[in-house]
Amino acid sequence: MKYLCLVYANENELHSLPDSPQDSECMAYATALHESGVLVAGEALEPVRTATTVRVRNNELLITDGPFAETKEQLAGFYLIEAKDLNHAIRKAAGIPPARVGSIEIRPVRELQTD
Amino acid sequence: MPDRFDQQSLNAFYQQESRRVLATLIRLLGDFDLAEDAMQEAFTAAWHQWPQAGIPANPYSWLVSTGRFKAIDLLRKRSRLQARETAWLEQQELLSDAENFAEPTGFIEDDRLRLIFTCCHPALSKEARVALTLREVCGLTTEAIARTFLVTPSTLAQRIVRARQKIRTANIPYEIPDQTIFAERLQSVLQVIYLVFNEGYSSLLPAAAGTPDLASEAIRLTRLLHELHTDDEINGLLALMLLQESRRATRVTENGDLILLEDQDRSLWNAELIGEGVSRVQEAWAAGNPGFYSLQAAIAALHAEAASAQDTDWHEISGIYTLLLNRYPSPVIALNRAIAVAMHEGAQAGIDLITPLIERELANYHYAYAARAKLYRQCGNTDAAKADYGKALNLSDREAEKAFLQAQLRAL
Repeated sequence: MKYLCLVYANENELHSLPDSPQDSECMAYATALHESGVLVAGEALEPVRTATTVRVRNNELLITDGPFAETKEQLAGFYLIEAKDLNHAIRKAAGIPPARVGSIEIRPVRELQTD
Repeated sequence: MPDRFDQQSLNAFYQQESRRVLATLIRLLGDFDLAEDAMQEAFTAAWHQWPQAGIPANPYSWLVSTGRFKAIDLLRKRSRLQARETAWLEQQELLSDAENFAEPTGFIEDDRLRLIFTCCHPALSKEARVALTLREVCGLTTEAIARTFLVTPSTLAQRIVRARQKIRTANIPYEIPDQTIFAERLQSVLQVIYLVFNEGYSSLLPAAAGTPDLASEAIRLTRLLHELHTDDEINGLLALMLLQESRRATRVTENGDLILLEDQDRSLWNAELIGEGVSRVQEAWAAGNPGFYSLQAAIAALHAEAASAQDTDWHEISGIYTLLLNRYPSPVIALNRAIAVAMHEGAQAGIDLITPLIERELANYHYAYAARAKLYRQCGNTDAAKADYGKALNLSDREAEKAFLQAQLRAL
């Protein structure tokens, strides 16, 4: 089944801590996940200050500057993976390099009923 | 197995067998709720049929097999079957009922171990792990667990429902973790068991009617775990709990006041539990790499074997605390080490070690002030002792501890 691994970290520290991963290391991990058939999709995100939030209320479009939630840690990227079960997903998430400086939230993907 | 069908033997049989049957049904059905319902129905069928038909040669297999058919019935009854479940149902009906579970005994034992690891999975909250383990592995009723933890049965039932939902939705596997993560996952299991034990042990009142004695439950659970899987740390935890349990009757006065280790009547310590605890510590240490619980068990064993507080091998105890502190750094372990050091190097040595802890991590920890107060008193520094006991009193929130601290203050 599919799991979304959300990478959260404090943006200001993400690249400046002694344990911070370099882009090349993140690329290498994503490539390895892809080659082993685990990675469905994954991207790093531009910083939160580039975010725009959209809501529709009473048919009216509301647009606000910034992320959905102001938090100490920000969504920095995501991996959509195909894993056997939660243990498998945890193992793969633990290998995501920013896990050392931030947190990885693992969310099972809900399969929508189509019929 | 009961040879007569009186209520008592039936209850005993249920207590003993229902957890094994449940563990296997969860593996076969892949669903905690369905397995629980199916298990209950299988036992109900047994109570109706066995008095006439006689007890089957293998009651466990009979119950699992019946449970499986009951599960199919239950799924049929649920009006809107989803496609996936229907497919599963068809597949199950094609299978002959004999093979899938009638494996050698090892498989049954594996199912129970699987159940323990699933209930103690670190992706569940600590409260959920405790509740689920007591419910599914120990077979305690929701009401009894709720009474013990002073929550309403509906709150506890909710907690269990959510945990089962997370197991299903997040697909927490029903498996014994593989070798690479086994040790780490075992820590979570041992932690849950020790939480259960401490909940029972630290309660100063005897267990109320209708509530389980959690300390005994935890010991029973660890014995089961040790049967299912040999491991030095499981043995170490068992030793630690047996040694603590050996002193339980002597740690409170009739009025519910705390009695310190040094003031306890050692003649009332349970010699049988101490004997088993000590030999298990030796076993756990024999492999040469004692872990968190084995190290603490060794300290408990040194206390248990000493004729008095003065005769205790404090030098050895502070040595083991140093090992513990190096491998599992924690300010509380540092505090315990300081107290042990004070016992053989003198009160001032202890004060020197405790003061920096109070200045940093333990500023709000009442045991730290109480410990330093005692050492100040030994040094003759009554004012400092009074000040520390006063701080400890302010920080404590348990009545028995407050009474104890007030008595110490009055004695100064």
